[in-house]
Amino acid sequence: MKMFNPTAGWTLLLALALAFPFMAGNDYHLTVMSTAYIYAIATVGLNLITGYTGQFNLAHSGFMAVGAYTVGILTVDHGFPFWAALPLAGLVAAVLGVFVGLVSLRLKTHFFSIFTLCVGYIMFLLIEKWESLTHGTVGIVGIPAPEPFAGLDFSEPRALYYLVLGFLVASLWVMHRIVRSLLGRTFMAIRNSDDLAQALGIDLMRNKLLAFVLSVFFAGLAGGLYAGSVRFLGPGIAGVEHTFDMTMYMLVGGIGTLLGPLLGAIGVPWLTQYLQFLQEYRFVVFGPLLVLLVIFLPHGIVGTWLNRRRRQAAKAAPAPAPAPAPAPVQEVRHA
Amino acid sequence: MELFLQQVLNGLTLGGVYALVALGLTLVYGILHVPNFAHGAFYMAGAYSAFFLINRLGLNYWWGMLGAAVTVALISVLSERLVFHPLRKAPYLHHMIASIGILLFLEAGAQALWGADFHRMETPYTQLLTFGSLTLPAQRLLIIGAAFLLVVLLQLFLTKTITGATIVAMAQNREGAALVGIDANRVAMLTFAIAGALAGMAAVLYAPINLVYTSMGHLVITKAFVIIVLGGMGSVPGAIAGGLIIGFAEAFGAFYISTDYKDIIAFALLVLILSVRPQGLFARGAH
Repeated sequence: MKMFNPTAGWTLLLALALAFPFMAGNDYHLTVMSTAYIYAIATVGLNLITGYTGQFNLAHSGFMAVGAYTVGILTVDHGFPFWAALPLAGLVAAVLGVFVGLVSLRLKTHFFSIFTLCVGYIMFLLIEKWESLTHGTVGIVGIPAPEPFAGLDFSEPRALYYLVLGFLVASLWVMHRIVRSLLGRTFMAIRNSDDLAQALGIDLMRNKLLAFVLSVFFAGLAGGLYAGSVRFLGPGIAGVEHTFDMTMYMLVGGIGTLLGPLLGAIGVPWLTQYLQFLQEYRFVVFGPLLVLLVIFLPHGIVGTWLNRRRRQAAKAAPAPAPAPAPAPVQEVRHA
Repeated sequence: MELFLQQVLNGLTLGGVYALVALGLTLVYGILHVPNFAHGAFYMAGAYSAFFLINRLGLNYWWGMLGAAVTVALISVLSERLVFHPLRKAPYLHHMIASIGILLFLEAGAQALWGADFHRMETPYTQLLTFGSLTLPAQRLLIIGAAFLLVVLLQLFLTKTITGATIVAMAQNREGAALVGIDANRVAMLTFAIAGALAGMAAVLYAPINLVYTSMGHLVITKAFVIIVLGGMGSVPGAIAGGLIIGFAEAFGAFYISTDYKDIIAFALLVLILSVRPQGLFARGAH
């Protein structure tokens, strides 16, 4: 398996992504791909707290909605330019994340999940009911496209595609740096056993909070991009179903890997495109698929492949430990 | 004063329904030690199967309820056998994701079979009863009566029968229960069946004053989670008390604070309580 080195693989993926607009048949495909990239950014964020740190956050789509509404409200109601509103989208989500994290991260395992499920519902209901701020169920319409930048007109699907791709590449790079650093190792130590991590002198609360805030920053940013590219918003975007969607992307690809969530977030929407005839009923297929994956392929496509490669490497060279690849979720027994 | 009593009645109605759903959830938690997110979909499935039996096959309300209880109990046992049993040694995250898979499947299935429309379930109890200056819709009284009857029956079953005691024993200590010869598989299946039947019956009781639609379980299940976290996961009295607390908080909140925000009250209460007491209201020891 020598021929498959990661750098070459990532370069190939990037080349494919750059060439995609020239291969895509029409603008519709470009739009599908851009939306998939936006959800990929959010999924990569969810993967940091869930896949790497082991805390299943069910309010993730709520934070994405916070980012989206930040951009929507600032540009439509207050005349902010998109480029000023976008960083604020990530920032507002992150600041909110500090407060939510401080309370919720004191809870462990599924108590954390239930708590964040409730937080997500509060966000959804507030967006739906607080009409003076969020326009309620009508939603925010007429969000302007990102202002032209370096001669690129972002109301045009191709330019928008490259813009979103740029953000996705940057997000993946940042995530790669985090995961490979000591900080990333710390997160994984917490995931594998927080008692053990604490015994090693890791400050659990500080690190979990950091992972949580970073993770929701990605969600907020993705939300901001969503507002600028789809250009209308409804409270539905905060619905917990979207967190479930992202969980599925993460799981199909391989939870706790860098490539997995990306593949899932791009592959699953395309699969749904080809299963158009199913439309609203796609979960009749995806629901059982999710169950089968968890039972038979819990590490996802990428995770299973990485494990196999690691086993082969171990067999080939018994002496030194193989290169530390980001480990997919190992046995984490509920305490 | 009448308005106040009216809210008490509303609180009892909501509290009864919530307690039934939360009881099933808390029993399953006692066995699995994992929250079953599909429980809200069981509730929804109960409403749809009764709707089908009553409106399409023309059965009466009580046969509809019995049919719903049996159908949902079957769905519940099947999901234990096919999904949760194979996963019993997996990390908790896998259980949660698998239960989300069941939830998505059941909701999409209901939508595929019956469409995305809202349906109204007929009930024979539409009359209004008047006691002095107080007007009471019969269906609400029925909900309160049936819910409390079911709660009492369940309590008697758990405390007075051997089979019920095995459920309690399993919830308290899995290994200990196995050591004294309790068949874990049988108890798990029985618990899922009871939980499913309770959710199904709660849905059929509540549906006539609400509506039948695919996402009807979402808010109910989330509130049931709030209830069992407040009441202590796995605790039966906690689920009943928690159900009533949330029911009353919502009824009085809707009346004295704001109808728009009544659904937030339960979640805000949870956030508030867990911020002060991370271990829950009635739970002993930390989570």
